Amino acid sequence: MSIFVDEKNKVVVQGATGHQGVFHIGEMKNFGTKVVAGVTPGKGGQDVKGVPIFNNVFDAVDETGANTSLILVPARFAKDAVFEALDAGIKTIVTITENIPFHDAMEFVHYSKYKGAVLIGPNCPGIASPGKTKIGILPGTIFKEGNVGVASRSGTLTYEIVNSLKEKGIGQSTCVGLGGDPIIGTTFIDALDAFEKDKDTKAVVLVGEIGGTAEEDAADHIIEHIRKPVFAFIAGRTAPPGKRMGHAGAIIARGKGTAESKIKAFEKANVEIAKFPTDIADLVESSI
Amino acid sequence: MKLFEYRGKELFQKYDIAVPKGKLVNNEKDLSGLMFPFILKAQIPIGGRGKAGGIKSAENLKDAKEKISQIMGMDIKGFTVRKVLAEEKVDIKKELYLSITLDRTKRMPLIMISGAGGMDIESVPDEKIFKEWVNPLIGIQSFNIRNVISRLKPEKEEGKEIAKVISKIYKMFREYDCELVEINPLIIQSGGSVMALDSKVVINDDAMYRHPDIVPEHVELTPLEKDAKEKGIAFIQLDGNIGVIANGAGLTMATLDALTNYSGKGGVFLDLGGTDDPEKVKQAFELMKKAKPKVIFLNLFGGITKCDTVAKGVKAVISKEGIDCPVITRIKGMNEDIAKDILKDAGLITATTLQDAAQKSSDMARGA
Repeated sequence: MSIFVDEKNKVVVQGATGHQGVFHIGEMKNFGTKVVAGVTPGKGGQDVKGVPIFNNVFDAVDETGANTSLILVPARFAKDAVFEALDAGIKTIVTITENIPFHDAMEFVHYSKYKGAVLIGPNCPGIASPGKTKIGILPGTIFKEGNVGVASRSGTLTYEIVNSLKEKGIGQSTCVGLGGDPIIGTTFIDALDAFEKDKDTKAVVLVGEIGGTAEEDAADHIIEHIRKPVFAFIAGRTAPPGKRMGHAGAIIARGKGTAESKIKAFEKANVEIAKFPTDIADLVESSI
Repeated sequence: MKLFEYRGKELFQKYDIAVPKGKLVNNEKDLSGLMFPFILKAQIPIGGRGKAGGIKSAENLKDAKEKISQIMGMDIKGFTVRKVLAEEKVDIKKELYLSITLDRTKRMPLIMISGAGGMDIESVPDEKIFKEWVNPLIGIQSFNIRNVISRLKPEKEEGKEIAKVISKIYKMFREYDCELVEINPLIIQSGGSVMALDSKVVINDDAMYRHPDIVPEHVELTPLEKDAKEKGIAFIQLDGNIGVIANGAGLTMATLDALTNYSGKGGVFLDLGGTDDPEKVKQAFELMKKAKPKVIFLNLFGGITKCDTVAKGVKAVISKEGIDCPVITRIKGMNEDIAKDILKDAGLITATTLQDAAQKSSDMARGA
C-alpha cells in the first residue's frame, strides 16, 4: 500500500504546455504515472507527449475522468488554478508552484478542506509512491518500492535522503514533499496519521527545517497517536535566526521554532535524530 | 518586506487610523509646522531602538537641533540611521497592544490584543493576550471583533473605537498582503479617541507585485546580497569563512550544519535552487568569488538540476578568471560521473561523502 496516491490517480497537469509542464509530463509517464490530461487556457486541442490538452479543468475531468491535479502554473495564477480544480471536482491536488502570496495559499488551503480534498504543497516537489505513481517534479531515479514512509518540508534534501535509503536497499511506501512555505495544505501530522494506518509502512522518516512549529506539533502528536518508529533530520541547526515576524511571531512560537526546540521535542517523543542527512539510512537500517 | 515606522503610518492614515502629527526631518528647519514638545524617532527596520538611544524627546528648537544630529547616523544593531521621524507629543490615558499576523499552524489570520501595551509584548503572560482567529474564506465578522473586545473589557465608548481600528487594520492586512500589522502601543486618549503611536508592518515579499505603490527598501542587505537578489539568487552572508553552494534551501542549510561537526563555519549561504541553466550557475559562482571565502564548498544533489550542468558553469568561471581559494566539491545524483570528471579537469578537489567534504573544507579553512 501507500498513502495519499497510488495507481488509481489519474492526473491532469495545469500549466501543461510550458517548459516545466512538457518535461515533467514525460518524466511522470516514464515513471508509470497515469497522466490523462493537460490544461492550458487557449491551447485546447493540442497534445503534449500524447497527452490531450484542454482549455479548462472541467472539460479535462469530463473527457478523461481525471481525479488529481498537478499545479505547475506561475504563482500569480495559482489560486485561480487550485479553485478551478476544486470546483471541477478534483480530490487530490499537488501544488508545485513556489512564491505564491500566502494570503492566496490561506484561501485555497481552507477551500480544499471545505471541499474535502487533499492538497499537497504549495512550494513542494510533489509525492511519489514507488512502483505506483509519481505526481510532481521529484527525480524518478531515486526511489525503490518498500516499507519506509518519508515526509519532508524540503526538496533536494529529501532526494538526498531517499537516495541514501535506496543505496542501503531500503525501499519506500510513499515519499511526500509537504512544501517549504509557511502555509501548506498537508502537514507532518496528516502524513503521520496516514502512515500509521498504512499496513505496508513499517517506519517513518521526517525531514524538518527551522521555522514555524510543525516539528514540535508533530512530536506532540507522535507521543499520543503514533506507534511506528519515527526518524528525523532537522536542517538549519546553525542558520542564523530565521524570518521573525516581529514580536507577534515570537508570541505564537513562545520559544519554539529553533532547531534545538525541534530536536528536544523529537527526543521527548522517542524519535531518533540523524546528525547528517545521509545517516538516516543507517538509523533506519539498524531498526528494521 | 518590513516597512519603516513612518511608511507604516502612511498606510494607517490611508485606512483612516489616527497617528500623531509628524514628519521626516533632516535638520531643525524641517520642524516648521510642528508644535513643541515632540519626539524624535530613528527609522530603522528593527526593534529595540528606544533602549539604544534612538528615541529622544525635544523641548525647543536648540534641543531638537542637537538631538537630530545625535540620532542621524547612529548605528543601532548594525543599521545606520538615515531617517528621523519627528512627532508631536500626545496625551496618553491607556496603552494597548494590537496586532494581526499569520498563525502558521491554524493557517488563519490571528488577531491579538492586550491591555499591557507599550512594553515588550514577549514579556506579557499568555493569559493577558486575547486571541481571535479569522476564517480567511469569509473574512472578519462582527462576532470576531465582539469576541476579542469582550475579553479586553474596555469602557463602552472605548470599545467602539477599538472595534473600528480592528476592522480597519484587518482590511489593510488583507489588501496589502501583510504578514504582520502591529500597533504597540495603540493609545486611548482622555477624550476617548484612539491613536497608533507606533507601526510595525511586514508585507509578504511574494505579493509585492500587487503593490506597486510600496517602494522596496533593501536596507537589510549587504551590497553583494542586493546584487544577488536582483539576479534572483538566494545568497546570504554569514560570519564564517567557508562559502557554501548547494541546491535547495534545505540541503544548503544541512551543508552549513555539517561543517560545524568539524569546527568549520559557513561564511556564505548560496542556494542554486532548481536551475538547469549554466549561465545562472556562472553568475552564482562569480558572486561567491566576490564574497572572498577562504574555502568554497560545493555540495550538489542532482535530480532535475543535473550535476554536469552545474559543473560546466563552475568550470567556465574558473577557466576564464581563475580561482584563488580551494574548492571542495561533493557531487551526487543525476550525471555525477560526468560532473566529477569536469570538476577534476578544472583542478577542483572531489570528495566522496558529505562528511569527508565537510571535514576537508573545515580543515582547509582553518589552514590545517
